[in-house]
Amino acid sequence: MSNEIGKPLSRLDGRPKVTGAARYTADTPIEGLTYAVFATSTIPHGRVTKLDVSKAEVAPGVLKVLTHLNTPKLKPIQHPPAGQSLMPLQDDRILYEGQPVALVVADTWERARHAADLVRVEYARAPFLMDFTEHLDKAVTVKGFFEPDSKTGDFDRAFNSAPVKLKQNYHLADRHHNAMEPHATIAAWRRGKLDMYDTVQGVFVARTVIAQALGRKPADVRVRSKYLGGGYGCKGFVWPHQILAAVAAREVRRPVKLVLTRAQDYTSHGYQAATEQTVTLAAGRDGQLVALRHESVAPGSMSDDYVEYGAIASRTMYACPALETRHRIVRVNRGPGTPMRAPQEGPSMFGLECAMDELAVVLKMDPVELRLKNYAERDPTKGKPFSSKKLRECYSEGAQRFGWERRNPKPGSMREGHDLIGWGMASALMETYRFPATARVTLERGGTVLIESGTQEIGTGVYTIMPQIAADVLGVAPERVRLVLGDTTLPGAGMTAGSSTTMGVGSAVHDAATKLKQKLTEMAGGPIAPDAYADLLKRRRLEKLSAEGLWKPDGEAGTGESKEWTMYTFGAVFVEVRVDESLRVPRLARCVGVYSAGRIINPKTARSQMTGGMIWGLGQALLEHTELELNYGRYVAKDLANYLVPVNADVPDLEAYFVDEVDEHASPIGAKGIGELGAVGVSAAIANAVYHATGVRVRDLPITVEKLL
Amino acid sequence: MKPFVYSRATEAAAAVRQVSNERSAKFIAGGTNLLDLMKSGVELPDRLVDIARLPLAEITALPQGGVRIGAMARNSTAANHPLVRERYPVLTQAFLAGATGQIRNMASVGGNLMQRTRCPYFYDPAMRCNKREPGSGCSAVEGFNRIHAVLGASEQCIAVHPSDMCVALAALDAVVRVQGPEGEREIPFDDFHRLPGDTPQQDTNLRHGELITAVDLPALPFAKRSHYLKVRDRASYEFALVSVAAVLDVSGGRVRDARVALGGVAHKPWRAREAEKILTGARANEETYRKAAEAALSGARAYKHNTFKIELAKRAIVRALSTAGGSGA
Repeated sequence: MSNEIGKPLSRLDGRPKVTGAARYTADTPIEGLTYAVFATSTIPHGRVTKLDVSKAEVAPGVLKVLTHLNTPKLKPIQHPPAGQSLMPLQDDRILYEGQPVALVVADTWERARHAADLVRVEYARAPFLMDFTEHLDKAVTVKGFFEPDSKTGDFDRAFNSAPVKLKQNYHLADRHHNAMEPHATIAAWRRGKLDMYDTVQGVFVARTVIAQALGRKPADVRVRSKYLGGGYGCKGFVWPHQILAAVAAREVRRPVKLVLTRAQDYTSHGYQAATEQTVTLAAGRDGQLVALRHESVAPGSMSDDYVEYGAIASRTMYACPALETRHRIVRVNRGPGTPMRAPQEGPSMFGLECAMDELAVVLKMDPVELRLKNYAERDPTKGKPFSSKKLRECYSEGAQRFGWERRNPKPGSMREGHDLIGWGMASALMETYRFPATARVTLERGGTVLIESGTQEIGTGVYTIMPQIAADVLGVAPERVRLVLGDTTLPGAGMTAGSSTTMGVGSAVHDAATKLKQKLTEMAGGPIAPDAYADLLKRRRLEKLSAEGLWKPDGEAGTGESKEWTMYTFGAVFVEVRVDESLRVPRLARCVGVYSAGRIINPKTARSQMTGGMIWGLGQALLEHTELELNYGRYVAKDLANYLVPVNADVPDLEAYFVDEVDEHASPIGAKGIGELGAVGVSAAIANAVYHATGVRVRDLPITVEKLL
Repeated sequence: MKPFVYSRATEAAAAVRQVSNERSAKFIAGGTNLLDLMKSGVELPDRLVDIARLPLAEITALPQGGVRIGAMARNSTAANHPLVRERYPVLTQAFLAGATGQIRNMASVGGNLMQRTRCPYFYDPAMRCNKREPGSGCSAVEGFNRIHAVLGASEQCIAVHPSDMCVALAALDAVVRVQGPEGEREIPFDDFHRLPGDTPQQDTNLRHGELITAVDLPALPFAKRSHYLKVRDRASYEFALVSVAAVLDVSGGRVRDARVALGGVAHKPWRAREAEKILTGARANEETYRKAAEAALSGARAYKHNTFKIELAKRAIVRALSTAGGSGA
């Protein structure tokens, strides 16, 4: 061990990324490329009655116009891991605005786009549902990833006898991922096999679904993803356009590139569904929770059962003897939702942590104290102990770094110039999803090391931390280690989703490196110094020496459960907001987060993950919402001028810290996941701070000026 | 995007001729708005005449103390020109409140005058819009109208003009110089943009083929004391919810003269003359500013989602006047 783990190494892929040498999917040079562009439905529900493609077909450069009338029939696919089971261009049904009705392939992108504009469609319109909040009576129970309901203890009895009660509704907005890089797929058929370059968070998952839809063996499909310009969840599941690009390439017998437009990004691969949450709390006068009920309703789609679990965090967060959660969906004429940083715990911690703040106000108790009073030593719903949890340290270190003890609890009591100052806090929680992974580590001639694993780099730092892990075992410099990823010809790995890659792939890399070192030790007949590796290969006349590594969680894959433990990451977020006393526009002024998230492989890239998450939470709190157009049954606008994400001017000083922790129950390297945790709790902390600044409790995100005037 | 013919003009007269000869020809300068509209299928020109290299970028002092800004001057250049910074701080502030550094580096002053509304219904041909397709109806009236007008709108159109620069130019009584097929003319700023009325498709009184050559700023010594306040959800890179350009001449505790213009509230940069009347001669204090604000919004009418703009505009006026006027010294 050479202690490479824990060093703040700068990104090894930083230079290629900032110089443009890093090649993203749409930039891949392919001989004979053609270009595909969708024409999409302008109605939310109904049937296509007439399609006139005559002008499009004769437009310059056009090779093919695919519609439901001439697209080959595909095999059915299932959600998950498909984002939706509904495959466009298979029949005349329209279930959401933006659903593709034609795919035009031409010799240039501009010509394909122009021809797509020339496709004329007539529809038979059917009545549609858009706003789920107007149809809560149509809420249904479906089984998504998790059980829809949970129940521990006797809620009614505990609630009725409690001295302090509180019930509030909270509403979170529909949001879109808006990755900087739009979805792009290049599909090329070579001798009956499909070669794809695709913007995906999981090359193997993409291969499985694409092969299934095309009726091929997975071995006939190769998927590559070398760099991703942000995924945030919307490139996790496999979406129809990826499959239709492959179909188009087969039809025109040339490679096809399909890059979705920004507007199409709003209707093609999911969104974070709004949630309407009701939190009911009952407590003793000392702040001890005796009953907690958290209910959530979210919009769902007509075709599939994706559920945003807007109450799930309450199953785990606080020790409470009577605890109920409930999840419902209302089907609407929109494409399905999908995970978005941070799904489930992200939305649910808003309702819970705002309600806790409101309870603290009623009890005249410090918000941190109230949380400590209800600290969960084990999961109150599952009854199991946490594999590791240092949330107490997070609260105290966060409070101390922030200067929380100087807070005057009275709303509106702190000010500077025109600014009302508000200080708020919230907890953060995220389940530690664990997926199996494999990796190969190879010592090459000359002493360099190659790591191979079919994982993905979505901006998190994988190209840096995997070399660190291998370097740590092998005793070489991380700069001498290189990672090759994002290819289904490499050892298998799961999706880069659910904050699972460091833990899973990292453990597989660790295993492979350890086995490689064993081989080297055996070969050398005893301990061998890293600078002797190259000589050893040479003496043995070996070009290279490889070892395969594997990690499998000791429990159900895709959960944070083992037989003995339940696994979560935690944090405490403290924020200051400023609200102009007259103009009432809220701004974040600073944010301090302290996290309990297992072993941190690289504090520099990890810090970047957490501050990125904070900005994500800031957007959720103050800016982001996808507005519905209720008359048309669509989104009002599908662009970044109307959908506001934070810009640099919105982002103040952000501080992120980790408490010292190693969780050997979670993974052999002691790591858990952090990619989503940073985005949790921030919006609640901001809402609580806005209340502290103004005395106005906004329970409806985003908190915009009109809610504070 | 529809195919089009592109040509680059080397002299103004030729550019004017090329565009005026062809109904669907358009000038293109920085292209920061026109290209978006073309990609969205809103603007469908058959010909683009590129005027970016015409020698119209100079910023010069005028004999009587004014300043002439060439139409092709970049927004970033005009914002930071010493003559503008020194004589019309409100204009510099307005420029810098608009868009981003990258866009200001591309956008021309003349093009900024020709910006079209950012109403999302205008931007998407799948929705009805009288501005894009006269007679089709206004989707915003019954739709999502948070960013829409509270002053001077009609049932045909409730869109707002997006420019920050133009709000300052309205306050400064700028004059737009244009060159057309029949020669040159000057358009007072207030007459340049139009209210929607029954012809919302027409943003300005510019005739087809007329080329903006310069914007003249008349001498206004008290403009040294001016302020541009922009209120928006996001701290940068967003159009105004409401904005205020305030220019005050204050001495001996009284307002001697005042110019107030509003952005984000109407189909054109909105000169608040009622407010100016109240301000002129009154004590320079918050009470006066409040009265002025009330007067400026007295004719306001809100729609479902933009009621807040009326109160927000009043508060912004008070703040902008207080900032420009100081405590009344």
